[in-house]
Amino acid sequence: MNISFDNALGPHAAALKLRDMRAELLARNIAHADTPGFKAQDIDFAAELSRRLGDAGATADTRIRQTSGQHLPGPSGASGSVTLRYRTPLMGSFDGNTVDTQTEQAEFARNNMQLQAALRFLDGRFKGLMNAIKGE
Amino acid sequence: MALLNVFDVAGSAMAAQSVRLNTTASNIANAQSVAANPDETYRARHPVFAQQLATQQQLMGQSGAAAQNGGAGVQVLGIVESQAPLEMRYEPDHPYANEDGYVAYPNVSVVEEMANMISASRSFQLNVEVLNTAKTLAERVLNLGQ
Repeated sequence: MNISFDNALGPHAAALKLRDMRAELLARNIAHADTPGFKAQDIDFAAELSRRLGDAGATADTRIRQTSGQHLPGPSGASGSVTLRYRTPLMGSFDGNTVDTQTEQAEFARNNMQLQAALRFLDGRFKGLMNAIKGE
Repeated sequence: MALLNVFDVAGSAMAAQSVRLNTTASNIANAQSVAANPDETYRARHPVFAQQLATQQQLMGQSGAAAQNGGAGVQVLGIVESQAPLEMRYEPDHPYANEDGYVAYPNVSVVEEMANMISASRSFQLNVEVLNTAKTLAERVLNLGQ
């Protein structure tokens, strides 16, 4: 019996998790459109996904290495965390806010569509598994 | 599931924007209110927005983006009164006129308040959109594999 869920579901489970996280980030950016000094953040989706899938060659590992047991883990040291990056604003504002509402809204919509795509793929995998189990 | 945090984030932003709408309404309503003493004259009020700080519980319970970056939602730190000078109008017949015949009117700029109102209502709408989308997506996730 060689079926393991990780193999059967492919990259879609990890992608869905990241998309979910990114939706929250983008929602936060939109929510802070009027907060002075707020800096919009986002993740590098491709780099994060390939890091999660264990594809070490695809992206340079820039995490801080812990060479002693007394070192504190870096911000991206824990598993399940992501490296947040600050967005470069198209146009700065006087109050230091870097949220560009249109950009964030467009990214949110795009992320939603891709989240639904990941869901569809995952759903297909589950349906395939069900078919294999039932043997109909 | 991070999608459920969207409800907190967008909800707090909506609450903050409605505070902003409230102060705008109060400013516009009182734009012509005078008082006997210029020190008691109404002054334009504006909310101050800031990022919420995460509680210890949130930091421990959450993984990923929210925990890494502390708080998520918007909070209203307080409401400040404008320090701009009051508008002095020459109305010698007014009962509240001073010895030179001037009456102190509030420092509310109605044009500024209208711009504030439109900005607040647009931001509110945007957050409602985000909330609705997150709800749809969360429902789709719940229906996964059925």
